[in-house]
Amino acid sequence: MIKIKDISKSFGDKMVLENISSEFDKGKTNLIIGSSGTGKSVLLKCIVGLISPDNGRVYYDLRNFTEADKEEKSEIRREIGMLFQGGALFDSKNVEENVMFPLDVLTKMPLDEKLDRANLCLKRVGLENVNKKAVSEISGGMKKRVGIARAIVNSPNYLFCDEPNSGLDPQTSILIDELIHEITHELDITTVVVTHDMNSVIGIGEKIIFLYKGHKLWEGNNADITHSGVAQLDDFVFANKVMSKMRSL
Amino acid sequence: MKGFGRYMMFLGSLFVRRETFATYYKLILEECVQIGVNSALLFILVSTFIGAVTTVQTAFNMVSPLIPRFVIAQVVREMVVLELAPTIMALIYAGKIGSSMASGLGTMRITEQIDALEVMGINSSSYLVLPKIVASILMYPLLVVLSGVCAIIGGYIVGTFIHIITPTEYVSGLRFGFNSFEIVVALTKSVVFSFLISSISSFKGYFTKGGALEVGIASTAAVTTSVIAILLADYIIVNLLLQ
Repeated sequence: MIKIKDISKSFGDKMVLENISSEFDKGKTNLIIGSSGTGKSVLLKCIVGLISPDNGRVYYDLRNFTEADKEEKSEIRREIGMLFQGGALFDSKNVEENVMFPLDVLTKMPLDEKLDRANLCLKRVGLENVNKKAVSEISGGMKKRVGIARAIVNSPNYLFCDEPNSGLDPQTSILIDELIHEITHELDITTVVVTHDMNSVIGIGEKIIFLYKGHKLWEGNNADITHSGVAQLDDFVFANKVMSKMRSL
Repeated sequence: MKGFGRYMMFLGSLFVRRETFATYYKLILEECVQIGVNSALLFILVSTFIGAVTTVQTAFNMVSPLIPRFVIAQVVREMVVLELAPTIMALIYAGKIGSSMASGLGTMRITEQIDALEVMGINSSSYLVLPKIVASILMYPLLVVLSGVCAIIGGYIVGTFIHIITPTEYVSGLRFGFNSFEIVVALTKSVVFSFLISSISSFKGYFTKGGALEVGIASTAAVTTSVIAILLADYIIVNLLLQ
Protein backbone atom coordinates (compact mmCIF):
# COMPACT_ATOMS: atom_id res chain seq x y z
CA MET A 1 0.00 0.00 0.00
CA ILE A 2 1.20 3.50 -0.84
CA LYS A 3 -0.07 6.51 1.06
CA ILE A 4 0.41 10.10 0.00
CA LYS A 5 -0.35 12.92 2.40
CA ASP A 6 -0.74 16.63 1.59
CA ILE A 7 1.57 16.58 -1.45
CA SER A 8 2.16 20.06 -2.85
CA LYS A 9 4.52 21.10 -5.58
CA SER A 10 5.09 24.34 -7.42
CA PHE A 11 7.49 25.37 -10.16
CA GLY A 12 8.32 29.03 -9.63
CA ASP A 13 5.03 30.86 -9.12
CA LYS A 14 2.97 28.10 -10.68
CA MET A 15 1.32 25.76 -8.19
CA VAL A 16 1.13 22.37 -9.92
CA LEU A 17 -0.11 20.22 -7.04
CA GLU A 18 -1.92 21.36 -3.92
CA ASN A 19 -2.45 19.19 -0.85
CA ILE A 20 -3.05 15.89 -2.60
CA SER A 21 -3.75 13.01 -0.23
CA SER A 22 -4.79 9.47 -1.06
CA GLU A 23 -4.04 5.80 -0.61
CA PHE A 24 -3.17 3.32 -3.34
CA ASP A 25 -4.23 -0.18 -2.39
CA LYS A 26 -2.23 -3.36 -2.74
CA GLY A 27 -3.45 -5.82 -5.37
CA LYS A 28 -5.39 -3.12 -7.19
CA THR A 29 -4.82 -1.08 -10.32
CA ASN A 30 -4.91 2.49 -9.04
CA LEU A 31 -5.38 5.23 -11.61
CA ILE A 32 -4.46 8.90 -11.52
CA ILE A 33 -6.49 10.61 -14.20
CA GLY A 34 -7.06 14.12 -15.49
CA SER A 35 -6.59 16.32 -18.50
CA SER A 36 -3.15 17.25 -19.84
CA GLY A 37 -1.30 19.69 -17.58
CA THR A 38 -3.19 18.86 -14.40
CA GLY A 39 -0.11 17.51 -12.62
CA LYS A 40 -0.60 13.75 -12.99
CA SER A 41 2.96 12.99 -14.07
CA VAL A 42 4.36 15.43 -11.51
CA LEU A 43 2.43 13.60 -8.80
CA LEU A 44 3.77 10.26 -10.03
CA LYS A 45 7.33 11.63 -10.05
CA CYS A 46 6.82 12.95 -6.50
CA ILE A 47 5.68 9.50 -5.42
CA VAL A 48 8.72 7.70 -6.88
CA GLY A 49 11.08 10.47 -5.75
CA LEU A 50 12.17 11.80 -9.12
CA ILE A 51 10.82 15.18 -8.00
CA SER A 52 10.91 16.35 -4.38
CA PRO A 53 7.54 17.70 -3.22
CA ASP A 54 7.52 21.12 -1.52
CA ASN A 55 5.24 19.73 1.18
CA GLY A 56 3.74 16.41 2.12
CA ARG A 57 4.88 12.86 2.61
CA VAL A 58 4.85 9.58 0.73
CA TYR A 59 4.67 6.29 2.62
CA TYR A 60 5.48 2.89 1.16
CA ASP A 61 3.85 0.37 3.49
CA LEU A 62 4.27 2.80 6.40
CA ARG A 63 7.90 3.56 5.49
CA ASN A 64 8.33 7.32 5.17
CA PHE A 65 9.91 7.67 1.73
CA THR A 66 10.02 11.48 1.64
CA GLU A 67 12.12 11.84 4.76
CA ALA A 68 14.24 8.73 4.21
CA ASP A 69 17.98 9.18 3.62
CA LYS A 70 19.56 8.25 0.29
CA GLU A 71 20.37 4.69 1.34
CA GLU A 72 16.83 4.03 2.60
CA LYS A 73 15.35 5.58 -0.53
CA SER A 74 17.59 3.39 -2.63
CA GLU A 75 16.38 0.30 -0.75
CA ILE A 76 12.71 1.22 -1.30
CA ARG A 77 13.37 1.99 -4.95
CA ARG A 78 14.71 -1.49 -5.45
CA GLU A 79 11.17 -2.67 -4.77
CA ILE A 80 9.78 -0.40 -7.49
CA GLY A 81 9.20 -1.20 -11.14
CA MET A 82 8.31 1.61 -13.49
CA LEU A 83 7.08 1.82 -17.05
CA PHE A 84 7.91 5.19 -18.58
CA GLN A 85 5.87 7.00 -21.19
CA GLY A 86 8.42 6.43 -23.95
CA GLY A 87 9.59 3.09 -22.58
CA ALA A 88 12.97 4.54 -21.47
CA LEU A 89 14.73 1.45 -22.75
CA PHE A 90 18.51 1.64 -22.98
CA ASP A 91 19.47 2.18 -26.63
CA SER A 92 22.88 0.60 -26.15
CA LYS A 93 21.38 -2.72 -25.08
CA ASN A 94 19.20 -5.25 -26.88
CA VAL A 95 15.78 -6.40 -25.64
CA GLU A 96 17.14 -9.23 -23.49
CA GLU A 97 19.85 -7.07 -21.94
CA ASN A 98 17.28 -4.38 -21.18
CA VAL A 99 15.05 -6.82 -19.34
CA MET A 100 17.98 -8.40 -17.50
CA PHE A 101 19.44 -5.03 -16.54
CA PRO A 102 17.88 -4.69 -13.05
CA LEU A 103 19.04 -8.23 -12.24
CA ASP A 104 22.56 -7.45 -13.51
CA VAL A 105 22.91 -4.41 -11.33
CA LEU A 106 20.81 -5.20 -8.29
CA THR A 107 21.34 -8.93 -7.76
CA LYS A 108 24.11 -11.50 -7.75
CA MET A 109 22.08 -14.03 -9.71
CA PRO A 110 24.03 -16.34 -12.03
CA LEU A 111 23.67 -15.62 -15.74
CA ASP A 112 21.54 -18.74 -16.46
CA GLU A 113 19.05 -17.74 -13.80
CA LYS A 114 18.92 -14.18 -15.05
CA LEU A 115 18.30 -15.36 -18.59
CA ASP A 116 15.53 -17.70 -17.43
CA ARG A 117 13.90 -14.90 -15.46
CA ALA A 118 14.16 -12.44 -18.37
CA ASN A 119 12.70 -14.99 -20.78
CA LEU A 120 9.88 -15.74 -18.37
CA CYS A 121 9.00 -12.04 -18.14
CA LEU A 122 9.24 -11.55 -21.88
CA LYS A 123 6.96 -14.54 -22.38
CA ARG A 124 4.56 -13.13 -19.81
CA VAL A 125 4.21 -9.91 -21.78
CA GLY A 126 3.72 -11.87 -24.99
CA LEU A 127 7.14 -11.33 -26.51
CA GLU A 128 9.15 -14.26 -27.74
CA ASN A 129 12.03 -14.54 -30.21
CA VAL A 130 12.87 -10.86 -29.94
CA ASN A 131 15.63 -11.25 -27.34
CA LYS A 132 18.48 -10.15 -29.55
CA LYS A 133 16.67 -7.32 -31.30
CA ALA A 134 17.90 -3.78 -30.83
CA VAL A 135 15.49 -1.31 -29.22
CA SER A 136 15.37 0.67 -32.48
CA GLU A 137 14.11 -2.43 -34.32
CA ILE A 138 10.92 -2.94 -32.31
CA SER A 139 7.56 -1.16 -32.49
CA GLY A 140 6.10 1.27 -29.92
CA GLY A 141 3.79 -1.39 -28.49
CA MET A 142 6.66 -3.85 -28.18
CA LYS A 143 8.75 -1.21 -26.41
CA LYS A 144 5.98 -0.81 -23.83
CA ARG A 145 5.88 -4.57 -23.34
CA VAL A 146 9.65 -4.74 -22.94
CA GLY A 147 9.33 -1.84 -20.47
CA ILE A 148 6.75 -3.83 -18.49
CA ALA A 149 8.95 -6.94 -18.59
CA ARG A 150 11.88 -4.89 -17.27
CA ALA A 151 9.67 -3.36 -14.58
CA ILE A 152 8.53 -6.74 -13.24
CA VAL A 153 11.74 -8.74 -13.70
CA ASN A 154 12.97 -8.02 -10.18
CA SER A 155 9.61 -8.99 -8.61
CA PRO A 156 8.65 -5.48 -7.48
CA ASN A 157 6.17 -4.68 -4.74
CA TYR A 158 5.12 -1.47 -6.48
CA LEU A 159 4.53 -0.88 -10.17
CA PHE A 160 4.19 2.59 -11.68
CA CYS A 161 3.10 3.27 -15.23
CA ASP A 162 3.27 6.73 -16.79
CA GLU A 163 0.75 6.93 -19.65
CA PRO A 164 1.29 3.30 -20.67
CA ASN A 165 -0.85 3.52 -23.79
CA SER A 166 0.13 6.90 -25.17
CA GLY A 167 1.00 6.71 -28.85
CA LEU A 168 -0.50 3.25 -29.26
CA ASP A 169 -3.44 2.14 -31.37
CA PRO A 170 -6.68 1.34 -29.46
CA GLN A 171 -6.28 -2.44 -29.68
CA THR A 172 -2.68 -2.43 -28.45
CA SER A 173 -3.68 0.04 -25.73
CA ILE A 174 -6.29 -2.38 -24.42
CA LEU A 175 -3.78 -5.24 -24.50
CA ILE A 176 -1.26 -3.20 -22.51
CA ASP A 177 -3.96 -2.18 -19.99
CA GLU A 178 -5.06 -5.78 -19.56
CA LEU A 179 -1.48 -6.88 -19.15
CA ILE A 180 -0.85 -4.34 -16.38
CA HIS A 181 -4.11 -5.33 -14.70
CA GLU A 182 -3.36 -9.06 -14.85
CA ILE A 183 0.18 -8.61 -13.57
CA THR A 184 -1.09 -6.53 -10.65
CA HIS A 185 -3.38 -9.35 -9.55
CA GLU A 186 -0.93 -12.16 -10.30
CA LEU A 187 1.90 -10.60 -8.31
CA ASP A 188 -0.39 -8.96 -5.74
CA ILE A 189 1.41 -5.65 -6.04
CA THR A 190 0.42 -1.99 -5.71
CA THR A 191 0.08 -0.53 -9.18
CA VAL A 192 -0.32 3.15 -9.94
CA VAL A 193 -1.12 4.18 -13.50
CA VAL A 194 -1.21 7.73 -14.82
CA THR A 195 -3.54 8.01 -17.78
CA HIS A 196 -6.06 10.18 -19.57
CA ASP A 197 -7.41 7.34 -21.65
CA MET A 198 -11.08 6.59 -20.88
CA ASN A 199 -10.70 3.01 -22.13
CA SER A 200 -8.17 2.45 -19.35
CA VAL A 201 -10.38 4.18 -16.81
CA ILE A 202 -13.39 2.04 -17.59
CA GLY A 203 -11.38 -1.13 -18.21
CA ILE A 204 -8.97 -1.35 -15.29
CA GLY A 205 -9.72 1.52 -12.87
CA GLU A 206 -10.26 -0.30 -9.58
CA LYS A 207 -9.39 2.86 -7.74
CA ILE A 208 -9.29 6.24 -9.42
CA ILE A 209 -8.29 9.71 -8.32
CA PHE A 210 -9.19 12.62 -10.56
CA LEU A 211 -6.93 15.67 -10.66
CA TYR A 212 -8.09 19.04 -11.88
CA LYS A 213 -5.71 22.03 -11.99
CA GLY A 214 -3.50 20.52 -9.31
CA HIS A 215 -6.34 19.59 -6.94
CA LYS A 216 -7.86 16.21 -6.22
CA LEU A 217 -11.53 16.65 -7.05
CA TRP A 218 -12.78 13.09 -6.85
CA GLU A 219 -11.81 9.60 -5.71
CA GLY A 220 -13.68 6.40 -6.50
CA ASN A 221 -13.75 3.48 -8.93
CA ASN A 222 -14.76 2.77 -12.53
CA ALA A 223 -18.29 1.78 -11.52
CA ASP A 224 -18.98 5.17 -9.94
CA ILE A 225 -17.14 7.47 -12.31
CA THR A 226 -20.02 8.06 -14.71
CA HIS A 227 -22.29 9.39 -11.96
CA SER A 228 -19.83 11.27 -9.76
CA GLY A 229 -21.76 14.52 -9.72
CA VAL A 230 -18.52 16.45 -10.23
CA ALA A 231 -18.92 18.74 -13.23
CA GLN A 232 -15.22 18.83 -14.17
CA LEU A 233 -15.03 15.03 -14.02
CA ASP A 234 -18.15 14.70 -16.16
CA ASP A 235 -16.60 17.03 -18.71
CA PHE A 236 -13.50 14.82 -18.74
CA VAL A 237 -15.35 11.50 -18.89
CA PHE A 238 -17.89 12.52 -21.50
CA ALA A 239 -15.50 14.47 -23.72
CA ASN A 240 -15.23 11.29 -25.75
CA LYS A 241 -18.01 11.06 -28.38
CA VAL A 242 -18.67 7.40 -27.65
CA MET A 243 -19.01 8.08 -23.93
CA SER A 244 -21.18 11.09 -24.70
CA LYS A 245 -23.55 8.97 -26.81
CA MET A 246 -23.68 6.33 -24.10
CA ARG A 247 -24.65 9.01 -21.63
CA SER A 248 -27.48 10.24 -23.87
CA LEU A 249 -28.80 6.66 -24.13
CA MET B 1 29.95 30.37 -9.44
CA LYS B 2 26.60 28.62 -9.12
CA GLY B 3 27.49 26.43 -12.09
CA PHE B 4 30.89 25.63 -10.58
CA GLY B 5 29.20 24.70 -7.31
CA ARG B 6 26.82 22.36 -9.12
CA TYR B 7 29.78 20.85 -10.97
CA MET B 8 31.60 20.15 -7.68
CA MET B 9 28.45 18.61 -6.18
CA PHE B 10 28.07 16.52 -9.31
CA LEU B 11 31.63 15.24 -8.90
CA GLY B 12 30.89 14.45 -5.27
CA SER B 13 27.79 12.48 -6.25
CA LEU B 14 29.92 10.09 -8.34
CA PHE B 15 31.38 8.55 -5.21
CA VAL B 16 28.26 7.88 -3.16
CA ARG B 17 26.06 4.78 -3.43
CA ARG B 18 28.47 3.13 -5.84
CA GLU B 19 27.76 -0.16 -7.58
CA THR B 20 29.95 -3.27 -7.31
CA PHE B 21 33.51 -3.32 -8.65
CA ALA B 22 32.54 -5.96 -11.22
CA THR B 23 29.86 -3.64 -12.63
CA TYR B 24 32.33 -0.78 -13.01
CA TYR B 25 35.03 -3.05 -14.43
CA LYS B 26 32.81 -4.06 -17.34
CA LEU B 27 31.61 -0.52 -17.95
CA ILE B 28 35.15 0.90 -17.83
CA LEU B 29 36.35 -1.67 -20.38
CA GLU B 30 33.47 -0.76 -22.71
CA GLU B 31 34.28 2.93 -22.34
CA CYS B 32 38.00 2.29 -22.94
CA VAL B 33 37.15 0.71 -26.28
CA GLN B 34 34.78 3.53 -27.12
CA ILE B 35 37.17 6.28 -26.06
CA GLY B 36 40.58 4.83 -26.80
CA VAL B 37 40.47 2.25 -29.54
CA ASN B 38 37.84 4.07 -31.61
CA SER B 39 39.79 7.34 -31.42
CA ALA B 40 43.22 5.92 -32.24
CA LEU B 41 42.90 6.23 -36.02
CA LEU B 42 41.91 9.90 -35.85
CA PHE B 43 44.80 10.63 -33.48
CA ILE B 44 47.29 8.81 -35.72
CA LEU B 45 46.11 10.69 -38.81
CA VAL B 46 45.99 14.15 -37.25
CA SER B 47 49.27 13.91 -35.36
CA THR B 48 51.21 12.40 -38.27
CA PHE B 49 50.17 15.25 -40.54
CA ILE B 50 50.77 17.91 -37.90
CA GLY B 51 54.25 16.47 -37.26
CA ALA B 52 54.98 16.54 -40.99
CA VAL B 53 53.71 20.10 -41.44
CA THR B 54 55.59 21.33 -38.36
CA THR B 55 58.82 19.94 -39.81
CA VAL B 56 58.31 21.63 -43.18
CA GLN B 57 57.30 24.96 -41.63
CA THR B 58 60.20 24.95 -39.17
CA ALA B 59 62.64 24.27 -42.00
CA PHE B 60 61.03 27.06 -44.04
CA ASN B 61 61.61 29.54 -41.21
CA MET B 62 65.24 28.53 -40.59
CA VAL B 63 67.00 30.50 -43.24
CA SER B 64 70.28 31.17 -41.44
CA PRO B 65 73.15 28.86 -42.50
CA LEU B 66 74.55 29.28 -38.98
CA ILE B 67 71.73 27.18 -37.49
CA PRO B 68 72.43 23.46 -37.86
CA ARG B 69 69.69 21.42 -39.56
CA PHE B 70 69.22 19.08 -36.60
CA VAL B 71 67.58 22.01 -34.78
CA ILE B 72 64.51 21.38 -36.96
CA ALA B 73 64.01 18.00 -35.30
CA GLN B 74 64.71 19.53 -31.89
CA VAL B 75 61.99 22.16 -32.45
CA VAL B 76 59.56 19.51 -33.68
CA ARG B 77 60.27 17.39 -30.58
CA GLU B 78 59.71 20.31 -28.20
CA MET B 79 56.49 21.33 -29.88
CA VAL B 80 55.17 17.80 -30.07
CA VAL B 81 56.02 16.72 -26.54
CA LEU B 82 55.05 19.90 -24.72
CA GLU B 83 52.09 21.22 -26.65
CA LEU B 84 50.92 19.35 -29.72
CA ALA B 85 50.46 15.87 -28.29
CA PRO B 86 48.86 16.76 -24.95
CA THR B 87 47.13 20.08 -25.65
CA ILE B 88 46.19 20.33 -29.32
CA MET B 89 45.08 16.71 -29.26
CA ALA B 90 43.01 17.52 -26.15
CA LEU B 91 41.06 20.03 -28.22
CA ILE B 92 40.37 17.33 -30.80
CA TYR B 93 39.55 14.88 -28.01
CA ALA B 94 37.04 17.39 -26.57
CA GLY B 95 35.42 17.70 -30.00
CA LYS B 96 35.14 13.97 -30.56
CA ILE B 97 34.75 12.33 -27.16
CA GLY B 98 33.46 15.29 -25.14
CA SER B 99 30.63 16.05 -27.52
CA SER B 100 29.80 12.34 -27.77
CA MET B 101 29.62 12.03 -23.96
CA ALA B 102 27.43 15.12 -23.62
CA SER B 103 25.03 14.16 -26.39
CA GLY B 104 24.83 10.54 -25.20
CA LEU B 105 23.98 11.53 -21.63
CA GLY B 106 21.70 14.34 -22.84
CA THR B 107 19.71 11.89 -24.96
CA MET B 108 19.49 9.50 -22.03
CA ARG B 109 18.17 12.35 -19.91
CA ILE B 110 15.46 13.51 -22.31
CA THR B 111 14.32 9.95 -23.07
CA GLU B 112 13.98 9.25 -19.32
CA GLN B 113 16.67 6.55 -19.33
CA ILE B 114 18.45 8.34 -16.46
CA ASP B 115 15.15 8.54 -14.55
CA ALA B 116 14.73 4.79 -15.13
CA LEU B 117 18.10 4.15 -13.47
CA GLU B 118 17.21 6.37 -10.53
CA VAL B 119 13.85 4.62 -10.03
CA MET B 120 15.69 1.29 -9.91
CA GLY B 121 17.69 2.64 -6.96
CA ILE B 122 20.88 3.06 -8.97
CA ASN B 123 23.02 6.18 -8.55
CA SER B 124 22.77 7.21 -12.20
CA SER B 125 25.61 9.73 -12.12
CA SER B 126 28.00 7.24 -10.59
CA TYR B 127 26.86 4.40 -12.87
CA LEU B 128 27.02 6.40 -16.07
CA VAL B 129 29.71 9.01 -15.51
CA LEU B 130 32.38 7.47 -13.26
CA PRO B 131 33.35 4.79 -15.84
CA LYS B 132 33.65 7.50 -18.51
CA ILE B 133 36.01 9.57 -16.37
CA VAL B 134 38.13 6.60 -15.30
CA ALA B 135 38.35 5.28 -18.86
CA SER B 136 39.24 8.72 -20.12
CA ILE B 137 42.04 9.10 -17.56
CA LEU B 138 43.36 5.66 -18.53
CA MET B 139 43.13 6.05 -22.29
CA TYR B 140 43.97 9.67 -23.04
CA PRO B 141 47.61 9.51 -21.81
CA LEU B 142 48.07 6.48 -24.09
CA LEU B 143 46.59 8.43 -26.96
CA VAL B 144 48.97 11.30 -26.19
CA VAL B 145 51.97 8.95 -26.32
CA LEU B 146 50.67 7.49 -29.58
CA SER B 147 50.13 10.97 -30.94
CA GLY B 148 53.64 12.12 -29.98
CA VAL B 149 55.24 9.09 -31.61
CA CYS B 150 53.17 9.53 -34.80
CA ALA B 151 53.96 13.25 -35.04
CA ILE B 152 57.70 12.61 -34.73
CA ILE B 153 57.48 9.80 -37.30
CA GLY B 154 55.43 12.07 -39.59
CA GLY B 155 58.14 14.75 -39.33
CA TYR B 156 60.85 12.19 -40.02
CA ILE B 157 59.14 10.76 -43.11
CA VAL B 158 58.39 14.13 -44.71
CA GLY B 159 61.68 15.77 -43.65
CA THR B 160 63.81 13.03 -45.12
CA PHE B 161 61.56 12.41 -48.14
CA ILE B 162 61.78 15.99 -49.41
CA HIS B 163 65.44 16.33 -48.29
CA ILE B 164 64.92 19.03 -45.68
CA ILE B 165 66.96 17.04 -43.21
CA THR B 166 68.92 13.80 -43.25
CA PRO B 167 67.84 10.83 -41.11
CA THR B 168 70.98 11.16 -38.97
CA GLU B 169 70.38 14.88 -38.39
CA TYR B 170 66.74 14.23 -37.49
CA VAL B 171 67.58 11.54 -34.94
CA SER B 172 70.43 13.53 -33.41
CA GLY B 173 68.12 16.58 -33.23
CA LEU B 174 65.53 14.51 -31.38
CA ARG B 175 68.15 13.40 -28.86
CA PHE B 176 69.98 16.73 -28.48
CA GLY B 177 69.35 18.42 -25.12
CA PHE B 178 66.44 16.15 -24.33
CA ASN B 179 65.02 16.64 -20.86
CA SER B 180 62.94 13.66 -19.77
CA PHE B 181 60.96 15.89 -17.37
CA GLU B 182 59.09 17.15 -20.42
CA ILE B 183 57.49 13.73 -20.69
CA VAL B 184 56.30 14.06 -17.10
CA VAL B 185 54.82 17.47 -17.95
CA ALA B 186 53.08 16.04 -21.04
CA LEU B 187 51.63 13.12 -19.11
CA THR B 188 50.53 15.38 -16.24
CA LYS B 189 48.76 17.56 -18.77
CA SER B 190 47.12 14.53 -20.38
CA VAL B 191 45.70 13.28 -17.08
CA VAL B 192 44.38 16.72 -16.09
CA PHE B 193 42.91 17.40 -19.53
CA SER B 194 41.24 14.00 -19.79
CA PHE B 195 39.62 14.52 -16.39
CA LEU B 196 38.43 18.01 -17.33
CA ILE B 197 37.02 16.98 -20.70
CA SER B 198 35.21 13.88 -19.46
CA SER B 199 33.82 15.46 -16.29
CA ILE B 200 32.74 18.76 -17.88
CA SER B 201 31.16 17.03 -20.88
CA SER B 202 29.34 14.54 -18.65
CA PHE B 203 28.14 17.37 -16.41
CA LYS B 204 26.75 19.30 -19.37
CA GLY B 205 25.05 16.22 -20.81
CA TYR B 206 23.72 14.87 -17.51
CA PHE B 207 21.79 18.04 -16.71
CA THR B 208 20.27 18.54 -20.15
CA LYS B 209 16.66 19.71 -20.04
CA GLY B 210 14.21 19.83 -22.92
CA GLY B 211 14.47 18.03 -26.23
CA ALA B 212 16.71 17.35 -29.20
CA LEU B 213 17.63 21.01 -29.60
CA GLU B 214 18.87 21.19 -26.02
CA VAL B 215 20.97 18.05 -26.53
CA GLY B 216 22.76 19.85 -29.36
CA ILE B 217 23.22 22.93 -27.18
CA ALA B 218 24.59 20.79 -24.32
CA SER B 219 27.01 19.12 -26.71
CA THR B 220 28.28 22.47 -28.00
CA ALA B 221 28.54 23.87 -24.47
CA ALA B 222 30.51 20.77 -23.41
CA VAL B 223 33.12 21.35 -26.12
CA THR B 224 33.32 25.12 -25.55
CA THR B 225 33.67 24.83 -21.77
CA SER B 226 36.16 21.97 -22.07
CA VAL B 227 38.34 23.98 -24.48
CA ILE B 228 38.39 26.96 -22.12
CA ALA B 229 39.20 24.70 -19.17
CA ILE B 230 42.01 23.01 -21.14
CA LEU B 231 43.63 26.31 -22.07
CA LEU B 232 43.44 27.60 -18.50
CA ALA B 233 44.76 24.33 -17.05
CA ASP B 234 47.55 24.28 -19.67
CA TYR B 235 48.71 27.71 -18.55
CA ILE B 236 48.56 26.76 -14.87
CA ILE B 237 50.44 23.46 -15.35
CA VAL B 238 53.16 25.07 -17.43
CA ASN B 239 53.59 27.78 -14.81
CA LEU B 240 53.74 25.27 -12.00
CA LEU B 241 56.03 22.71 -13.62
CA LEU B 242 58.27 24.59 -16.02
CA GLN B 243 59.20 27.73 -14.11
